[in-house]
Amino acid sequence: MEAFESILHPPGAAPKLATEAPAWFADLHMDRVVASLTDGREEFELAPLLHTPLRDVDAVAWRQDVVRDLADRRVLEAVRELCAELGLVRRRLAPAERLPHPIQRQRWLLAAAEAWCAAVPAFDDRLAGLELRSEALIGLRRHVSSYTSSDSFAALARETADVVAGLDAVRYAVRVSGARVTVGPFQDEPDVGEEVRATFERFRRTVADRRRVTFPSRVQADHVETQILDRVAQLAPEPFAALARHSERHREFRDAPIVRFDREVQFYLAYLEHIEPLEEQGLRFSLPRVAAGSTQERASQTFDLALAGRLAATGGTVVVNDFQLRGTERILVVSGPNNGGKTTFARAFGQLHHLAALGLPVPGTDVRLLLADRVHAHFEREEELRTLRGGFEDELHRIHEILEAAGPDSVLIMNESFGSTTLHDALLVGSEIVRRISELGALCVFVTFVDELASLNEHTVSMMSTVDPDDPARRTFRVVRRPADGLAHAAAVARRHRLTYEALRERIAR
Amino acid sequence: MHVARDLDLERELPPGREETTADLELDTLLDAMAVGDGLVREICRRELLLGLHDLADVAHRQRALGDCRANPSVVRDLYALAGEALVDERRIWATLQRDSPRAMLGTAVRKLEVLAGYLRRLRDAADEHADAFSSPAFTRLFAQIARELDDGYLARVDHHLRELRLSDGMLLGARLGPGAAGTAYSLRRAHARGLLARLLDRRGLSFTIPERDESGFRALAEIEDRGVSDVAAALTESVDHVHAFFVALRTELAFYVGCLALDERLAAKGEPTCIPTLSGSGAPPAGDRRGPDAASAGDRPDAAPLVARGLYDVCLALTIEPRVVANDLNADGRALIVVTGANQGGKSTFLRSVGVAQLMAQCGMFAPARSLRTGLCSGLHTHFRREEDADMEGGRLDEELGRMSRIADRIRAGAMLLCNESFASTNEREGSEIARQVVRAMVESGVRVILVTHLFDLAHELWERPPAPALFLRAERTRDGGRTYRLGEGEPLPTSHGADSFQRVFGRPLPGARPGAAPPPATGLTATQPTASAAGEPAPASEPIPASEPIPASEPIPASEPAPQPCASACAGDTRAARQAG
Repeated sequence: MEAFESILHPPGAAPKLATEAPAWFADLHMDRVVASLTDGREEFELAPLLHTPLRDVDAVAWRQDVVRDLADRRVLEAVRELCAELGLVRRRLAPAERLPHPIQRQRWLLAAAEAWCAAVPAFDDRLAGLELRSEALIGLRRHVSSYTSSDSFAALARETADVVAGLDAVRYAVRVSGARVTVGPFQDEPDVGEEVRATFERFRRTVADRRRVTFPSRVQADHVETQILDRVAQLAPEPFAALARHSERHREFRDAPIVRFDREVQFYLAYLEHIEPLEEQGLRFSLPRVAAGSTQERASQTFDLALAGRLAATGGTVVVNDFQLRGTERILVVSGPNNGGKTTFARAFGQLHHLAALGLPVPGTDVRLLLADRVHAHFEREEELRTLRGGFEDELHRIHEILEAAGPDSVLIMNESFGSTTLHDALLVGSEIVRRISELGALCVFVTFVDELASLNEHTVSMMSTVDPDDPARRTFRVVRRPADGLAHAAAVARRHRLTYEALRERIAR
Repeated sequence: MHVARDLDLERELPPGREETTADLELDTLLDAMAVGDGLVREICRRELLLGLHDLADVAHRQRALGDCRANPSVVRDLYALAGEALVDERRIWATLQRDSPRAMLGTAVRKLEVLAGYLRRLRDAADEHADAFSSPAFTRLFAQIARELDDGYLARVDHHLRELRLSDGMLLGARLGPGAAGTAYSLRRAHARGLLARLLDRRGLSFTIPERDESGFRALAEIEDRGVSDVAAALTESVDHVHAFFVALRTELAFYVGCLALDERLAAKGEPTCIPTLSGSGAPPAGDRRGPDAASAGDRPDAAPLVARGLYDVCLALTIEPRVVANDLNADGRALIVVTGANQGGKSTFLRSVGVAQLMAQCGMFAPARSLRTGLCSGLHTHFRREEDADMEGGRLDEELGRMSRIADRIRAGAMLLCNESFASTNEREGSEIARQVVRAMVESGVRVILVTHLFDLAHELWERPPAPALFLRAERTRDGGRTYRLGEGEPLPTSHGADSFQRVFGRPLPGARPGAAPPPATGLTATQPTASAAGEPAPASEPIPASEPIPASEPIPASEPAPQPCASACAGDTRAARQAG
């Protein structure tokens, strides 16, 4: 039986993690997706995992199997429960390492062990009756089960419970006289506060009449309290000796594979948590069929995950799109009205390939994708004073770099290239770029205002952003497969902004 | 005394300030003016963005700045002195018992002692340097200081402060209040020191609070507090007033300090500056479509003057080591300036140079040019192409139109509108159509529009049917395709030079680009066609002039002189205007 290693990759096949986000991340708004996935989970360092696409179809399948198991509500709840309790363990371990006073450190370690001894057997119990199919989670269950039935775990649990009980039984008293403080054994002295409250109980009118000041619980005691603590330890040496022994023996009480699982499973939990509200709004996610070297692609009802995340928060509607690449088709040339969803579509296309290569569910249904070796994106940049280069040549430089780096298994996202030059130049240069991408054999979304590029060769597919026929100025954000017709309806938008000649004359004369 | 308010600190900055600041790269300019001083930066920013709207105000400011440039160290010393006064005053901390009048009084005394020292230094500086200044602004300031901070006054201040230290105790006046307890205590000055005390002693009315009588000391302290509360309030108000004086002085000088810093930076680099001539309006009168030709523009200098020689982008000059390329411009009476031509050929830089020069001229500063004549404009608006809006929903055209619409909300006749690649976010045909309507409406509403565009369709249409007298400039290139970063007059051409860029980047020619399709260089600069550039300066040789080389120091020729050898194409803008006039 193989030892359980990781739920992120098959045994011995750990991918080399990226040290930084891919260059195109910000352009495709994947940085926003990663930011919301890692928000609140900073301690797990998930970003490198999210920055590293898998290169191997089997590795993708391994993760997809885990996702299928987690689709079972009971499995997901069991994992979430475990992670929540292990979070408590971590929070208690922090002061156990940090505090200066030895008794305090020991007590925090004990508390952490107490939480651990409750969490792991509970997880074992929850998993016991469930049907698991992924190699990863089956391996984990086997491991947890053998761990909790081991003698060493039984000893940890027993000793932890004993020491906790011993400390809970200690009682003592403190006398403060002027500047003098005395610690002594507790002798069952009556509670003055209770007596006072009892005496005046008859005057009380309402139940809510309690003016108690609540103090926040503190992790660290001040030096007066620690001096008291030292004296309590002298009064009741036995429980403290047991505490010290516990600490000595169980300094590293946690099981390494379970700790690792706790971190790694956050990769899935973060993503599933992120898409859950989107699914509730009717958006569809699915595990794509991922193939290496195949350029036959399709997806239905797909969308920009970053935009959807934001719209979900504000209650906006997400528009979904379909696309398909068949036969010799490689390049989706997207034209049509601006503000019609072209850029969003391009982003969705790029995100789709990255998410698929992470082994995660992707936006859309019936998705079939190439396992891309890399994504490259070119988005226009604002002209910079310091570069002293015009926008156009800057763009060419960056496109040239991308074409040098890309291969037949690459996915290219070219967004609104050559907007800073003339139609004539954009057509000439754009055609050449599309031809070069065709020769490369890479998959590409090419967003452009140059209609001619859409029908350049047998590799191009024309897609258009569309407008509402009743109100041409309103965009539907639907991008559909359709020949480019060059009607961008910009004039309608100008009317809406009251920027026609007549409207302007009237506005400025005011 | 009050510092004369030449600055209006109440006026709200124009709504498009962030855009204008970003579009014209004003932060670079402001950094150079401020040299890390936040107040200088803020005041200069206000003045640049607000501008002056009265020729007399501009002249007033120009004269004051002239004084400053003649006496830079005096102005800086005065600014520093006001700053030190405020810093030293702030070093004196109010005691913790803020509501104790005795503590308030003590704090106020110490603050005023400090401030009084600075008033004296200010007066001394005024005495020493007043003669070197001749502008109304500084003459008035120095006269006021001499008059109101004379020796007698300063001595009186010192006397008060000595007395209010209360080192000899205090004499209090009081009345009996309800219940015959003391009330309305007030601090009094004894006529002869010690006399009253001796008198009271002799009558045996003294008593002593025992050393350990803490409540006794508390009661006594309260009486003292009541006694000085009125004087403490008065003195604290005085601190506020003197404080405000130094703040005002510092604020007024901050603008000039910023100008001096910029002046020195540019001078050290060898970039020329000039005192601009301002006259009349910044744009032709609304609806004036008759179009003066060059001669009549000379006759009517008030009709939208705009003539510059050696005009350069001051922010670029502050950014790069070498001297920057400068341009001449002769756009008197032209309501529309259309700039076309090669990518990265200096068009955006030119547009910024005009915008920044206008802002500087209109707030009374010197201008980044060898000479500049322009008018007051009612506002300067910028509409520059932007990186895609961070908002993912809003498309770029929508964002652009939204910005233009906000400009339309506030623009008035007499304004200047700088457009950099506006409406390039949709396709050329439709971008051109929108822009055509906007440009025509703006120009006919009395706005001067300076337009950098790649929209050939638009530029061509404006060339064929200009809505007003127009000037057409083109980024120049040399025969071998190099950039000069200079602009010459010329008709818009149907392509820019993407093929060259492609060849440079990809290392091989762009298939499909017809050989020889590259248009001839702008007419002003061909070697075979000896002629003149826009303002009549002899054309330099046709070698490329990269930004890394200083511009050739050609002998300036006054803009009003006719070009030595005018050729039809160089004066194409004029021809156009004339045709329209006819």
